[in-house]
Amino acid sequence: MTRAVPHPVLSAVLVLMWLLLTSFSLGNLALGTVIALTAGWAVEHLHPPRPKFRRWSAIPLLMGIVARDILRSNIAVARVLLLGPNHPAYHSGFVELQLRLRDPNAIAVLAIILTATPGTAWIEFEQEDGRLLLHVLDLRSEDDWQTLIRDRYESLLMEIFE
Amino acid sequence: MSSEILRFALGYAQIALILALALACWRMLRGPRAQDRVLALDTMYMNAMLLFLVIGMVNGNVFFFEGALVIAVLGFVATVCAAKFLMRGEVIE
Amino acid sequence: MRHLEQLPPWAAVVIALLVVTGASLTVLGGLGLVRLKSFYQRLHAPTLGYSYGTLLIVLASMLMFTLLEGRVVVHEVMIGIFIMATTPITLLMLGRAALRRDRDAKLGHDEAVPPRIPREDRPAEPRGQTGHGEGLEDAGLLPDAEREERERADQARD
Repeated sequence: MTRAVPHPVLSAVLVLMWLLLTSFSLGNLALGTVIALTAGWAVEHLHPPRPKFRRWSAIPLLMGIVARDILRSNIAVARVLLLGPNHPAYHSGFVELQLRLRDPNAIAVLAIILTATPGTAWIEFEQEDGRLLLHVLDLRSEDDWQTLIRDRYESLLMEIFE
Repeated sequence: MSSEILRFALGYAQIALILALALACWRMLRGPRAQDRVLALDTMYMNAMLLFLVIGMVNGNVFFFEGALVIAVLGFVATVCAAKFLMRGEVIE
Repeated sequence: MRHLEQLPPWAAVVIALLVVTGASLTVLGGLGLVRLKSFYQRLHAPTLGYSYGTLLIVLASMLMFTLLEGRVVVHEVMIGIFIMATTPITLLMLGRAALRRDRDAKLGHDEAVPPRIPREDRPAEPRGQTGHGEGLEDAGLLPDAEREERERADQARD
């Protein structure tokens, strides 16, 4: 299994995607399988750190929290954009945070969450001591960014990955 | 009646997306710096992709979807290359 | 436009709402791109269109073709997944590239960014935490005199 199909989940998803994009037929199934196996083999040669999931049950919870937060910050950012750049009600700026996460996959997920959320942008991360630089569009929308990130995302991600 | 609402909504969406394209285009031409232009170009790709989806809905044609997918892929590759160039190309090395 | 009349009224209303909201979010993002003052602020503007703008229009398109063709059409999920996976990468790379360019002494600065501190000099507490959640506020565009001073300081450090 590990030799012939190094990434079974990835390959299965790719076959499914191939069949979604084309119509279902035996030829397409065969072609899709070949492509998926090649892709899995290629990924194996990149040597990504394999994610180890400890708690699957927390994933839907995290997704729910993220979907709600993105919706909320969409509304907040829309308000800021309508008020205009010189309005005194908001201030943008850089925030530096200390992360406890060390697992590279968990950090990647956190980066995706923070970048996909309007209003926060992931700018720089120092791998060796976990220092993170964020740019925030509305600094006053939260009182304490450090606690916000730690309580809302970091603890859940640590439960899932570490 | 229902088709009237839909026709109005789709027309509005088309105009709004073209306006978004124009605004991003203004930012791309205006700059002031290279990273602003790349960001604006990425936004334009995304707006064009959404416009394709909406046009597909207006025409009832599924094949616009494929065009939208191609635009999304091209936009991603173009932006990543440009960002990489900004990071490595002209400053360091 | 014959196909629009085949849709039931509830579906027409739902699709119209989704499309109008999605397109409005996207155009707001474009407006932000024009109105905001510094690059790091502008980095936030297109995320509106990337996140819920795309999601709502993709949902509308899925709903419409599912009803029109009488079978479940999930093509559009592909676009959703693709956008979800790729936009963080592009924005992240752009942000890092911009920071690197703004810290480079050879290029003219016009935005104030926090300087990079080598590991051994770094304070134990993160910068920009005043206890009230206010980080280092954007200086935005630097006035000319300040910019020159910064450039000199950068050159002295090299």
